[in-house]
Amino acid sequence: MNHDKEFDASGLACPLPIVKTKKALSDMAPGQVLRVVATDPGSVADMAAFAEQTGNQLLEQSTQDKKFVFFLKKA
Amino acid sequence: MATKKMAIIATKGTLDMAYPPLILASTAAALGWDVQIFFTFYGLQLLRKNLDGIRISPLANPAMPMPVPMPVIVSVLPGMEAMATMMMKDKMKKKGVASLEELRSLCLEADVKFIACQMTVDLFEFQTSEFIDGIEYGGAATFMKFAGETDVCLFI
Repeated sequence: MNHDKEFDASGLACPLPIVKTKKALSDMAPGQVLRVVATDPGSVADMAAFAEQTGNQLLEQSTQDKKFVFFLKKA
Repeated sequence: MATKKMAIIATKGTLDMAYPPLILASTAAALGWDVQIFFTFYGLQLLRKNLDGIRISPLANPAMPMPVPMPVIVSVLPGMEAMATMMMKDKMKKKGVASLEELRSLCLEADVKFIACQMTVDLFEFQTSEFIDGIEYGGAATFMKFAGETDVCLFI
């Protein structure tokens, strides 16, 4: 999927993938897409909860080789 | 949608108990919540410029996972607390857990308000110069003013 920015949260544990995703989104324009890669299994549920509460849309989530990949559209 | 609010009272100053307030506060701030932490009693340790003194003890903590079973009498020996702290910090680093310093910085960057309990600052004779900048000082009424408007209020 096309994206405007990428954030690699590999190796980071809760709450860093979420807190740093929020930081990565902060300098993006509404409608732009952020790709996040994480290795923390907890980030799957957390990213969905983050998206739901912040209005940033979780466009897609997939798992590739024990890595969790998310595409978030900035609200 | 109105901004959600969370207030936390942080009362503990050991390594394990230092994490929950900072994890929840940084996360809530990332979700756009308005967050305050009121640091009182041993929780004040989390406001010191230098956090190296924050430790964990295996003593009186039967739930602490140990690489080998350890009788209580061994936990009492000098150096055991330092060793347990070092092992815990090493493990946290390996697992990608943020340091307390990093979480605290993330909280402050995200405008989490830190309030030091004036009464316990005086009780323990802390100097405000020992604490980080950007914190406020207040009492129970200060806390209640914000706590009364919150969606989530925790005592840790």
